[in-house]
Amino acid sequence: MSALEVVVRALVTLVGFLVLPLIVGQTEHKVMAHMQGRLGPMYAGGFHGWAQLVADGVKFVQKEDVTPAAADRWVFRLAPAVALIPYLVAICVIPLGPHVVGAQVDAGALFVVAVAGVGILGTLMAGWASANKYSLLGAMRSAAQLLSYELPIVLSVASVALAAGTLSLGGIVGQWSPWWLLWQLPGAVCFLTAALAELQRPPFDMPVADSEIVFGAYTEYTGLRFAFFLLAEYAGIVVMSLFFTVLFLGGWRGPFADQLGVVWTLLKGLLVAVVIIWFRVAWPRMREDQLQRLAWVWLVPIALFQVALTGVGVVVRR
Amino acid sequence: MSGYVVVGAVVLSGILLVMAAALARRLLAPRVVTAAKRTTYESGVDPVGADWAQTNVRYFVYAFLYVIFAVDAVYLFPWATVIRDPQLGGASLVEMGIFLLVLIIGLGHAARRGLLRWM
Repeated sequence: MSALEVVVRALVTLVGFLVLPLIVGQTEHKVMAHMQGRLGPMYAGGFHGWAQLVADGVKFVQKEDVTPAAADRWVFRLAPAVALIPYLVAICVIPLGPHVVGAQVDAGALFVVAVAGVGILGTLMAGWASANKYSLLGAMRSAAQLLSYELPIVLSVASVALAAGTLSLGGIVGQWSPWWLLWQLPGAVCFLTAALAELQRPPFDMPVADSEIVFGAYTEYTGLRFAFFLLAEYAGIVVMSLFFTVLFLGGWRGPFADQLGVVWTLLKGLLVAVVIIWFRVAWPRMREDQLQRLAWVWLVPIALFQVALTGVGVVVRR
Repeated sequence: MSGYVVVGAVVLSGILLVMAAALARRLLAPRVVTAAKRTTYESGVDPVGADWAQTNVRYFVYAFLYVIFAVDAVYLFPWATVIRDPQLGGASLVEMGIFLLVLIIGLGHAARRGLLRWM
């Protein structure tokens, strides 16, 4: 691989990483506006309020950047980058088509899970370095949430890896067959629920619950640094939707997969993203203790059951 | 291995993105620093207490459970690559079944003793 190809691949990944979260953000504005009858997001720029996101961006850039006097300056300033970059790395190994992938990595499934878990460090750093009580509480809740919900994700990914007999994401899509939709259903439900929790999306947004701890770990952030945390959230939705698509929905599989593979992956991913947005509109926030209980009493046992089911299925059918 | 070279380049491009954002902020954002702005935000009142506070981390049990199960998950991934081996498949399934059973009994015990209830 030539140096030029490496640079081009990195740049294309970066552009995709900047564009896809914006599409998800725009979709969220419009889907929520329609579902909840909101007028605000439909106004700016005329047709369907297309300019709302642009206006938000301009606003963020112009906001003053305030570092609190009590904050641990360097950690405070580094935190948004630590929250954002892991998702960029995760997105580059997820295959969009049979030959369309940023970086070919052998154990892609494991790689994505490992890298996506790093993002939480950014939240922890932000919460600790802000020297703010709300921030610290929010960060602690995020950490507790990640501890509980990382497991169902890892277990259901392990189940899919078992079913496919490989850890490579491309290999998993190659082995996928439609009846996985039924066979891997418990794992898929666990994965999607846990992914919502890991992204701190409603109904699992206790760490940023605005009615009790302002905005959790991001309370003290302003301007572009704050925008980076928001971008990280939407990038997280993109990563989790595409990852879900590749693991459970057969990725690029579909009619004319050789030519249209990328389109299929993106369409299925967008569908999953809309479901994630829908959850935000439809469900109230869960209490912190209910949230932990859900993970340990329901999701972990179901995911373990899925692993057993997959193991038996593979050995019986062999 | 060349995949990881690209991963490295992607990390680098991410760092460049952060630096570009820092530059944009420096050029475009206003900077009028006042003492009031730099105080810790506590819903509009003056911050209470110093920077040390005692707290009770109640969910450390979850952390222990997490470590146990995360180690378990590490063993599941290599299993995925050998389960189709005709010699290992059946035997490994039984072994993994015993392994998972022990974990489930442990989780059940923790639940019975009320550890999964946030106090």
